[in-house]
Amino acid sequence: MHLVLFFIFGGLCVAGALNLLLQHHPINSALSLIVVMTSLAVLYLLLGAEFLAAAQVIVYSGAIMVLFTFVIMLLNAGEEQRTHGSKAAYVVGFPGAAALLGILVYIFLKQRDHLGSARIGGYLVTTHDLSSVLFRDLLLPFEVTSVLILVAILGAVALARKEH
Amino acid sequence: MVPIAYYLVLSAILFSIGVAAFLIKRNIITVFMSIELMLNAVNLTFVAFAHHWHQVSGQIFVFFVMVVAAAEAAVGLAIIIALFRTRATLNVDQVDLMKL
Repeated sequence: MHLVLFFIFGGLCVAGALNLLLQHHPINSALSLIVVMTSLAVLYLLLGAEFLAAAQVIVYSGAIMVLFTFVIMLLNAGEEQRTHGSKAAYVVGFPGAAALLGILVYIFLKQRDHLGSARIGGYLVTTHDLSSVLFRDLLLPFEVTSVLILVAILGAVALARKEH
Repeated sequence: MVPIAYYLVLSAILFSIGVAAFLIKRNIITVFMSIELMLNAVNLTFVAFAHHWHQVSGQIFVFFVMVVAAAEAAVGLAIIIALFRTRATLNVDQVDLMKL
């Protein structure tokens, strides 16, 4: 059951990510990224991270991707132009990414027995566990991130404002 | 029962696709989206290791990554809007100089 769900949603993730890479229109890439993020939320649920699964849907596939699609529509972004200013990216890009993938997959599969396996409900983090750590031990970092968000709001408004 | 290694391999695949898209895509919005894809791949690694070690810290870290990603998306898209207003293009090859 767990393995079937993992392969369905992991496959959706990989398919969405490949679609992001292959599509030429940014709106298609954005929609396939939403598929990736929503499938990742299901994988978080399988790993027992229920709060993060909800936050992933609300923050990532909700807020951030709405922002992306909004900007794509606002700027009327069309088909990607193929320019030849970046031969190095093609020469280094695919082999570099493939080498990175090869090394990581080799290491992970070699250490497979040491890493153990995940069961549904094997380790469930409730919102209570998460909040007791977040608001007791990590209160200062939490407050700092709220200041960061405030600065980001001000920065976004200042940057996107029309200059006079 | 799914080996934790499978989750890590999946996140490695997603990260590599993100790297390839970052290097190959020429539209600045798509380049920005591939950064988000890489952040998501790393988040999956954090959650998988949190499950493996039975530690809450990994999930807390993912929470902070999400906050920073939201702030980054807001500021980055504002920069893209400002860029489009001055150059009228979204192609990264035409915005490789800091000055106009």
